[in-house]
Amino acid sequence: MIVSKPEKWLGRVLLILLMAVTIVPFISLFITALHPSGTYPAGLTWPETPHWENFVLAFQSANMLQLLWSSALIEIAVVPVSILIATLTGFALGHLRPPGGRAVFIVFILGLTLPLEGIIVPLYYQIREMGLLNTRWALILPLIGLFMPFAVTWMRAHFINMPPDLSEAARVDGATTWQLFWRIHVPLSIPAISSLGILLFLWTWNQFLLAVVLVSDPEKRTMAGALGAFQGQWGTDIPLLCAGSLLILTPTLIIFLVFQRQFVSALLQGSLKG
Amino acid sequence: MGAGAAPLPVPAPANNRRRRIRRLSNAARAYLLVVPAAAFYIAFVIRPIILTAQYSVYNWDGIKPATWAGADNYVEVFTNPKLVGAILNSFELIIYFSFIPVVLALFAANVIRGIARSRLSGVARTVLFLPQVIPLVAAGIMWSWMLSTNGTVNQLLRAVGLGFLGRAWLGDFDTALPAVGVIGAWVQLGLCLILILAGMSKIDPALYEAARIDGAGPIREFFSITLPSLRQELAVAITITVIAALASFDIIYISTQGGPGNSTLVPGLQVYYLAFFDREIGTASALALTLMALVLIVVLPLQRILRGRDG
Repeated sequence: MIVSKPEKWLGRVLLILLMAVTIVPFISLFITALHPSGTYPAGLTWPETPHWENFVLAFQSANMLQLLWSSALIEIAVVPVSILIATLTGFALGHLRPPGGRAVFIVFILGLTLPLEGIIVPLYYQIREMGLLNTRWALILPLIGLFMPFAVTWMRAHFINMPPDLSEAARVDGATTWQLFWRIHVPLSIPAISSLGILLFLWTWNQFLLAVVLVSDPEKRTMAGALGAFQGQWGTDIPLLCAGSLLILTPTLIIFLVFQRQFVSALLQGSLKG
Repeated sequence: MGAGAAPLPVPAPANNRRRRIRRLSNAARAYLLVVPAAAFYIAFVIRPIILTAQYSVYNWDGIKPATWAGADNYVEVFTNPKLVGAILNSFELIIYFSFIPVVLALFAANVIRGIARSRLSGVARTVLFLPQVIPLVAAGIMWSWMLSTNGTVNQLLRAVGLGFLGRAWLGDFDTALPAVGVIGAWVQLGLCLILILAGMSKIDPALYEAARIDGAGPIREFFSITLPSLRQELAVAITITVIAALASFDIIYISTQGGPGNSTLVPGLQVYYLAFFDREIGTASALALTLMALVLIVVLPLQRILRGRDG
């Protein structure tokens, strides 16, 4: 594109301004976390002596090791199970395409628009009847169900776009459907599956409403849910709260920066091909 | 069903029957693979939707036996000023969660495309996307502090001589809802940007050259080439952000709890209060079902636009 000089510079300046607005809250959070615990620092002011120990303090008072362990348990249950069953369904609906498969798929798609608040009330009573309130299962089981619309849509789109020649060649060689799935389709789907895994990992980590309603013990929650409880408890100690927030959001930033490419492509394909 | 299979000669009846049996057993096997996902989906999504509809026509406090309420709970949802106000608030949030980020993202994407080769474009993509990956709870905490009386926003206003505008943004009846909206806009910008950039990369550069030769300026170019080509991406961005606005919960729960007064109350939060604090399960469910219906009513027409191009 040919763009005139002043137009170009104005654009750049405004873009940088937009980036500054995006970054400032992170910086504000970081600087505030370094102020003495229990004070009310004024906006963006560097403390006389940075109190790095706030991070240790927040780590201990939020019982962060226990939280990480709890989140890890939830993630380990939710992500692989969701991926496995969504891949099976995606393969069935995208590759095998049984009669009526389209109708089944539409039922899954409808769930994409569902606001969680719409079903949270019966979900509470259902989990209570199952005797699972205040356990990690109260998060694990509904999360797997709630991830199905996106995960199935995503895996189905992947299998539909897979070139048919490979499967036909395998069929000619006498492979059964099961062999075809495990030996050909799954190995070729590793990029799609890992992108989906990253998204599901973050969505589980960041899940809040389910944790607030179904699990009152913060040590059995997801990380975002635990942060909510931490805010309730330490909401008046701003520097400590900021330090705690940073500890909980940093892993999400690291995951994003490491897997940026898969992450963005997953989001794009998932939402555009759905 | 092999796509593009050659038309077969008319089969003999016996053959036909055998083929039908085989096709049936193939279909059964395919559906066997769907069962686990469908089971989770039915148990934890479909069943609760049906139960929400059922609860919504009863009066129930969660303990004593429920009594039939008919449409009373829905009358409550649409006549109680507090509940109507919550619905209206969520529609006002669409301006901030959807409209503003989409407009800003269109602008930013145009700039980023213009400087595609420079390092700034890559950095800008990454930076502007960061708010999308952190927990909304953390975004709420950050901004509550930024927007407080002593926060960075007021500090910046004082620095440029606009200190008289300063206030507790989230605690003021007039500014609380827009302030919550700013948090949403901050979160959603990155998503809109990534979608729009993806759409722009598919536009044929020859179109722009042709437009330049015809003497079209950048503004004309934007409205007659860029915008129409982005229809699908814009539909997706608007769909996702509109749902985020109508169904907002995390940010508001953390930053204002619906206050001051009810000035930032939204349906999601009110469902939570009604069900778990006021113990009015019926009204909570009627509001929940109304919320689900509103989302569908707003979002389904957008899908038509999205499908429009695919034919």
